[in-house]
Amino acid sequence: MTSELQRDRLAYKRSRARRSTGVAILSTLVFAVAAGWAISASPGWPRVRSSFFDLPTVAQSFPAILAGLWLNIRVLVVAEVLILVLGLGIAALRTLRGPVWFPVRALATGYVDLFRGLPLIICLYLVGFGLPGLRLTGVPNDPVVLGGIALVLVYAAYVAEVFRAGIESVHPSQRAAARSIGLTYGQTMRIVVLPQAIRRVLPPLLNDFVALQKDCGLISVLGAIDAVRAAQIAAAKDFNFTPYVVAGLLFVALAVPCARLADAAGRRLARREGAV
Amino acid sequence: MTAVLQVRNLVKRYGEHTVLDGVDIEVAEHEVVVLIGASGSGKSTLLRCVNLQEDLDDGQILLDGTDVSDPRVNADLVRRKMGVVFQAFNLFPHLSVMDNITLAPRVVHGTDKAAARERALALLARVGLQDKASAYPDRLSGGQQQRVAIVRALAYEPRLLLLDEITSALDPELVGEVLTLVRSLAEQGRTILMATHEMGFARQVADRICFLDGGVLVESGPPDQVLADPVEDRTRQFLRRVIAAGRLG
Repeated sequence: MTSELQRDRLAYKRSRARRSTGVAILSTLVFAVAAGWAISASPGWPRVRSSFFDLPTVAQSFPAILAGLWLNIRVLVVAEVLILVLGLGIAALRTLRGPVWFPVRALATGYVDLFRGLPLIICLYLVGFGLPGLRLTGVPNDPVVLGGIALVLVYAAYVAEVFRAGIESVHPSQRAAARSIGLTYGQTMRIVVLPQAIRRVLPPLLNDFVALQKDCGLISVLGAIDAVRAAQIAAAKDFNFTPYVVAGLLFVALAVPCARLADAAGRRLARREGAV
Repeated sequence: MTAVLQVRNLVKRYGEHTVLDGVDIEVAEHEVVVLIGASGSGKSTLLRCVNLQEDLDDGQILLDGTDVSDPRVNADLVRRKMGVVFQAFNLFPHLSVMDNITLAPRVVHGTDKAAARERALALLARVGLQDKASAYPDRLSGGQQQRVAIVRALAYEPRLLLLDEITSALDPELVGEVLTLVRSLAEQGRTILMATHEMGFARQVADRICFLDGGVLVESGPPDQVLADPVEDRTRQFLRRVIAAGRLG
């Protein structure tokens, strides 16, 4: 049985909560109305609406853009797998200790420096146009494959750094314990360090995955008919930008579940770390 | 008979600082040798050197008469003959109690899974934790974690057990359960080299006590002699400080 005092306090807290909710809803509505009015009252709005938000154009361009998005998704999945493998490998090489490993370490560091600094679009041009330009046998000339290679090269550098941060966040006492029971360096890494490291970097990895999703749209610059390219083709037909907006919204719709997943992973990690 | 462990003229430096300055220690089979000394006297460093987790600056470490500090010796093969228990337990947080214990037997010693599990359960039963086999370390109390860590170190029947201030990170009421376990290990005839601040306990279990000060082995002998009637001035001073702190039970 709650006391009179406690009931009074709860009633007060509830009334405060209702008040905050009311203020939040009202301010959101006021902002939405004001923003909507400002845009629709602007002198250029009729022109913008017809060239960016034209419903018949949406219906017309949608199937081709969706088909293009399917290509983006396939590139995304294949590239992400390769990125994770390559990134983890480079991170492992960068954390090797001892002078014997200096060349390997230096090479891995150089790779990360190069591809983390190189703008993705330039990497796409170099790989997409430069690589086939060598006219070596066996070099692919499919823009989708070449674009995928460029994405993997750049993103593996980022992901390697995420993995490395995770590996270095595992306390040295864990390695000491693993070595003390007789595990070798490799076994220590595989069984003790990496499982803990990967769990910790899951949220930032998912964040990079979301970034990769939209950057998959850049393979269009090499001529691959993906969602962005399909939108470009549709837009060029009658100088209407609506297909770009369609493609943009589709990319956003693709990213939202991933972003929520990243949030959830982050929360779960915070709970775990807090519990220890 | 050759001692299980012989430490000869061990020197370890970190930069300019000499942590161990020519230490000689022997541990015979079934013997319990206890290292005492203030923080920074070199106890933990000595244990890490014995476990080949540090490069030596001079001297030798012999295990069953073999010089294992020789860089041509594969340290991984030497470490599997020793069990180490750390001050902060260092259990693997992503593995269950069972997997923590059976990891070395399975991966390092090639014991098959069923046999390793069976042995782990028997050991866990002996320390009263058989019902925690599938639990994860963060669900256990400090005392329970440390008992699991001891079982992990015992799981592959090491020749030598190294205990590094294993009760220092425990709440006072949890120290007893861990010390009781160590006492039973001593009674079973395990060969143990341990560092501790628990003087009362050291007196009970030690066959020999070694007092380290400033990286030098100042005095060693039977516990009653070193703790009650030390020869060296420095030992006497150290013990006086320990008594003043109320730690000589």
